[in-house]
This record gives sequence, structure tokens and C-alpha cells, in this order.
Amino acid sequence: MTTAGTASKRTALYAEHVALGARLVPFGGFEMPVQYSGILKEHEAVRNRAGLFDLSHMGQFILEGENVAEWADKLTVNAVSTMKPFQARYNLFCNERGGAHDDVIFYRLPDRWLLVVNAGNADKMWALLNAKLGAGVTLTSLHGTNALIAIQGPKALQMLQSALDVSLNDLKYYFCTEGKVYGKDAIVARTGYTGEDGFELFVDGAEATQIWRTLLADSQSSGLEPAGLGARDVLRLEAGMPLYGHEITEEISPIQAGLTFAIKLNKPEFTGKAALQAQKDGDAFPRIAGLILNGPAPAREGYKVYLRDRLVGEVRSGSKAPSVNNKNIATALLEKDAATVGTVLSVEIRGARHDATVVALPFYKRA
Amino acid sequence: MSLPGNLLYSKDHEWVKIDGDTATIGITDYAQNSLGDIVYVELPRVGTAIAQFGNVGVIESVKAVSDLFTPIGGDVSEVNVALDNDPALVNREPFAGGWLFKMKISNSSESQHLLKLADYEKLLTEESH
Repeated sequence: MTTAGTASKRTALYAEHVALGARLVPFGGFEMPVQYSGILKEHEAVRNRAGLFDLSHMGQFILEGENVAEWADKLTVNAVSTMKPFQARYNLFCNERGGAHDDVIFYRLPDRWLLVVNAGNADKMWALLNAKLGAGVTLTSLHGTNALIAIQGPKALQMLQSALDVSLNDLKYYFCTEGKVYGKDAIVARTGYTGEDGFELFVDGAEATQIWRTLLADSQSSGLEPAGLGARDVLRLEAGMPLYGHEITEEISPIQAGLTFAIKLNKPEFTGKAALQAQKDGDAFPRIAGLILNGPAPAREGYKVYLRDRLVGEVRSGSKAPSVNNKNIATALLEKDAATVGTVLSVEIRGARHDATVVALPFYKRA
Repeated sequence: MSLPGNLLYSKDHEWVKIDGDTATIGITDYAQNSLGDIVYVELPRVGTAIAQFGNVGVIESVKAVSDLFTPIGGDVSEVNVALDNDPALVNREPFAGGWLFKMKISNSSESQHLLKLADYEKLLTEESH
């Protein structure tokens, strides 16, 4: 196990992870649970019942002021000012070349906005947002003080409902509400990163342990299991969701990653618009595609991909996929002519070529 | 899991069982537990000659690829084909059904570079601190 060069921080739930026997690894500046009982068991729990995740390493920023929406519209690719109260929306901050500084979620509350950024980008985003601050926008960081607990899976609604004073049936996908979880203030959002129905609870770090323990105690007999970042990565890959640093980076744009639904080129101006527009118009860019390998060897990040004898790209993420007939799946950044669904490519694994077929994303869609 | 006393061990957390000029090789319970869910094992062809501590293949968990080394040199005489369809056998039975490969030993004196049970247990104690 590698250790971080700098001392890792701990989330409010660190002691719970240790008590549950988690294997902890440095991730995004925090010591995070990569697994508890095992990645495959936890994956199975999320797909069939529910998993409980500590995502307190993610950056939580609060934006306030009368100009937040128009300010954010200029810095991001998706529309912010059209968001309704309590709506959540996936968005990206891009650089002038169209590459992504980060992918984020905005949550609009009646009197403020919650912006959730990736843990590994939290310091970069904090600096970037502060450098861009204008009149009528104030920014506060809750990173490391607020906690984020996610409960994800087909039974998540039923398990969480008894803990809440608000009706989850009335909460639509990608909306949030303010309520109480076991009597403690929380923002409850119907968002997630697993391809299942699920909820995310933004709570004060001081209340997190009690909420985590009570949720587990109430629903462990119904099959709720603590789930770590290892399971989360397999779940999101199967669901075709990008992971920053893999499918999107400062060099790989959201157009290349197939996130066109999140890019509003009809907005008058925003950082990266010209580059993204040119990329879309030219249509010649390398792009993220899904691969299913025929053989038993998993494809891993960095492996080379060939169309006959021509190098056409490289793998960005790869895993054995229990929800895709236990096949090995991967995303790859491929030249345009190699990225058509149905194309048979080969992935070089330790010097040997293995057939892989380009498939449409996502690999897995819940019933 | 208590460790079998009739085996030799390597610092890479592999075990070796020597029967005449044949060595059976696997990874220890500590190793399988550290790796997590094993999803793929890649082993050399039967007949391949590999020197002691040379690379013989890889063992992959959901998250990571790890190199496998042979704790004793020789020619690969058999690989565990049961792992093709059920690599998790290494997790369930690391010292039994989850063995990896067998070697026809070229030089039996190489076994002196391996650890006896007590020394391996000491290594485990050190690594867990």
C-alpha cells in the first residue's frame, strides 16, 4: 500500500471506518476507505439493496449573493441561472482550451448555493473561485468540516425514509430539500454516482457519526452495507459516469467525454466556449468510448488501443464489471474513426493484443 | 488462518511446497487478503524456464495489477487451470485449491534462500507494524 507524501486528513467518520475494519488509502488528501468487506460484495449490495458511503472528502463550498447565478454562468459550461430552487445540476468548469478544471454539482437552495467539487480538485477550485470572485458573490468553504453521507441502491429510499421528516417520494431525481435526518439539519439530495437510485446527505461533521451509525444499525438487517471507494469506482464505470483525471482532465474536454448534454453553447459567453464550439464544429477530436473486452484479462489505465496495426488511443479506466455479465469493461480515448460502436479494436496487455469491441455508454442501466 | 508448517515462504508472500523435484507455488493468506477480490491470474506456458525470483506473471484484483515471482527456479510443469474460470479460488483457498503453478526444480539448493514458517511469521509481524 502506498502512503501519501503529505499527511492525509481524516473525515468525521474516520473512527467508524476503522471500527468497521475498512482498508484505508490516501485519496484526495484524506484517508479514505477503499473497501470494508470487499469490493465485489459491496458492489453487489449497492446494485441489489443499498450501500452507505462516506464522501466527506469531497469539497463543499457555499456561494451566496445576488449575482451567483450570472457569475457562475460565465465560469461554467452548463446553465446555472435557469435552475429552480432546490434543483441540482451537473456542470463543469473549463479552461480556455476547453479542457476541464473540474466537474461539479450545483445545488440551488432558497438563500444560497451548494457547490460540490472533487476532492482532488478542491484546493485548485478554491483558488480558482476566489481569484474570480466578483461583486455580489461570497464564497465559504465547508471542506473537511461538513460531512457527506450517501446511501445508494434500490432500497435506499425505503431505508432512509424513516430517518427523515420529509417525503422522499416527493423528491425528484436531481433535486434536493432541506430537512432533518434523525432530527439533525441536512440537505438531502437525490443525486449519486453509482447508476442506482439514491440520496446524498450533507450534514454537519459533528453530527455525521451519529447519523452514520444509526442508518447502519437501522438497515443492516435489510442488507445495507458500508461501501468504499473501490466499489464506487466500479459502479460509476459500469454506469458510464466520468471520473475526473480519467475521462475528463485539463486536456480532455467534456465534448470529448461525450458530456454534450451539460454544455450550453447558446449561452452568450463562458470560459472555454470558443474552444468547445470549434471542437464540436470540427468533430475531428479524439473521444471517450466504451470497450468490452472478449478475454479474461482486465484492461487498465494507460494500455494502448489499436485498430489493426494503427495506434488509435489508450485506456482511461478499466475494470471487471459484475453488472456487465462479469466482462472486462473499459473507457478509452480514441481517434474518431476508431470510436464507432461495433468497431473491433485490440488492447495491448503486457505485449499481447486482446480483442475489444466498441460499445455505447453506459455499460449498465438500472431496470 | 494458521499457516501450514510444512511449507517454505518468500518475502513476496508466496508459499512453496517441495515434493522431490517438484515445487507447488501459491500466495499466502496474508497476500490474498491484501490484494482483495482476485479477478484474473496470468501464468506462463508449461515448459517455460524461469530463474529463481523471476517474473512469472500477474495476479489482478479489482483495483490493481501485481507481479508474480517464482520463489524457486526451474521449468513450469503445470498451471492451475481451475483459476481460469474461478480466480477467486485464490481468495477462498490460498493454501489448497487456489495454488498457482508448479515448477520442476533446477537447483534444490535455492530453497535455502526461502523462509521457514517462524521466519515468515516474524516478517508478517514486522509488516503489520
